[in-house]
Amino acid sequence: MTDVLHRPDQTRRRPDARSIERVRGARIARARRRLLTLGAIAAAIVLVVAVSLMVGHTFYTPAEVWGVILGRDVPGASFTVGELRLPRVVLAVVCGASFGLGGVTFQTMLRNPLASPDIIGISSGASAAAAFGIVVLGLDGGQVSIFAIVAGLLVAFAIYLLSFRGGVSGTRLILIGIGVAAVLDALTNYVLQRAAQWELETAMRWLTGSLNGSSWSDALPALIALAVAGPVLIMCARDLGMLRLGDDTAAALGVRTEAVRILLIVAAVALIAFATSAAGPIAFVAFLSGPIAARIVGPHGSPLIPAALVGALLVVVADLIGQFVFGTRYPVGVVTGALGAPYLIYLIIRSNRTGASL
Amino acid sequence: MTESHTLHAAELSVGYRDRRVISSLDLAVQPGRVTAIVGANACGKSTLLRALSRLLSPQEGRVVLDGRQVHRMPAKQLARTLGLLPQSPIAPDGITVSDLVGRGRNPHRRALSRWSYEDDEAVASALEATGTLELADRAIDELSGGQRQKVWIAMVLAQHTDLLLLDEPTTFLDVAHQIEVLDLLADLNRDRGTTIVMVLHDLNLAARYADHLVAMAGGAIEVEGHPDDVLTVETVRTVFGLESRIITDPASGRPLMLPLGRHHTMPA
Repeated sequence: MTDVLHRPDQTRRRPDARSIERVRGARIARARRRLLTLGAIAAAIVLVVAVSLMVGHTFYTPAEVWGVILGRDVPGASFTVGELRLPRVVLAVVCGASFGLGGVTFQTMLRNPLASPDIIGISSGASAAAAFGIVVLGLDGGQVSIFAIVAGLLVAFAIYLLSFRGGVSGTRLILIGIGVAAVLDALTNYVLQRAAQWELETAMRWLTGSLNGSSWSDALPALIALAVAGPVLIMCARDLGMLRLGDDTAAALGVRTEAVRILLIVAAVALIAFATSAAGPIAFVAFLSGPIAARIVGPHGSPLIPAALVGALLVVVADLIGQFVFGTRYPVGVVTGALGAPYLIYLIIRSNRTGASL
Repeated sequence: MTESHTLHAAELSVGYRDRRVISSLDLAVQPGRVTAIVGANACGKSTLLRALSRLLSPQEGRVVLDGRQVHRMPAKQLARTLGLLPQSPIAPDGITVSDLVGRGRNPHRRALSRWSYEDDEAVASALEATGTLELADRAIDELSGGQRQKVWIAMVLAQHTDLLLLDEPTTFLDVAHQIEVLDLLADLNRDRGTTIVMVLHDLNLAARYADHLVAMAGGAIEVEGHPDDVLTVETVRTVFGLESRIITDPASGRPLMLPLGRHHTMPA
């Protein structure tokens, strides 16, 4: 069999069966490892969600919680679990997944972990618009979401234009985005100052993100956005992976880079904006999910689903910690912010040390 | 096979915004042969390659593959016939050699289709052809420059195109790896009949490996033809502004250019 190797014209056409087996085996092993890891993260989400539904002011048994989920009438639990805890935890999962997807899409597309929507001002834009819409214009849920998504797209478009000099460099886009984010955060602060009668809770939501007081009417639009934009992103997953090779290489391999990029931006901004208008810009979830997922799952395959799962887990865990670990109920964004800030500092230090362009 | 594919540029003008790099250029790529494009820095040779592979749209004129304008062909269909290795492709952090080479299969895969046995076969074949099978499970970042370049070439081989364009495939490589990469491309041309068009920095290597040499200056083709006819003292003078002597390369029988300078002149 090995003598095939010595006839070049044959090996060019048909590779040795063992070579194929080797390539194939390694690929299947990678896919299996990935599936196992993703399954483990999903299981962890289910576990934390279950705990979140059981614990609180009153403890409910798994049987009672399950009864509520099945739609049975369980005294006490039907309201507390069905109307308070369930929408809250559903919103936590949906927002986490949305931020994770939106964040990793931008990070991958721009090939830079700092190019996350919550760093470059897109979340700030959605948040400022949502705060303005609610506090000043008095809009309701659905209108706020539309307002937030338009603002998010406008910000994305603005930073793209501002950083365009015959092509977009990642570093310039990030620095401009950070500046834009600062302006928009100031705007949010200003709007909230104006609404003095509004409670602190509301202010915190638009500044750091909070799930306190979430209802089904908050969760539903975000859930629908995830159900629509999520699959759109997944459909583009392979093209997104190709963009990591650089635009030229991706285009040479048959990717319609400009069309794909626009689709990715619109879908990612929609996810970020809907999640933000439901729970505020939960600090650093978009920024953290992708890199944590890459650390756990590895660099192979699409980063989208891993980041969505990690984002969801991050938010449900952070919300559980925020609610019960300290004496008072902290907004979830305070906890994720405390996790994200050190990582941001680490990234900046590392990029300075290696002399990389951010 | 590849003899049937024709690629040519007609009255092609390309550039970036208002700056025109190439004006009204005509070039017919010779099917089944190796073409090398040489010229001084900023003479438009990379721009020409980018226009041929439709990374740049022509401002005027057209690039035609088998009678169809490349800028009007569906992206994947073009990518099944015409491959391009850019000058500095980006390797995503941490991915393995076989994963990267597998990316070359993209134009052959439908959206959402599963990875097929044929894809595995193409990857294995490309790894064997480039001598990188042993590296299959290594991360790209761990490889030397020479190994990495062979892996990139494996990626475009997995693409199974009859035409292959390469932008300075030997830059940043030491001389041994330069020869190795060029030998690999010569094998590919000889064994599979792949048409190769490459931009090369080194005139002597270009003359040695190319069947057809294109010398560019100022965004136009100065002279093209067999290396014996193209690589002359006059060409080197007009294209590079350099005085030289041309001797015969004893290894290939092709012309070999010896650069002269203020400190090394040679009586004619």
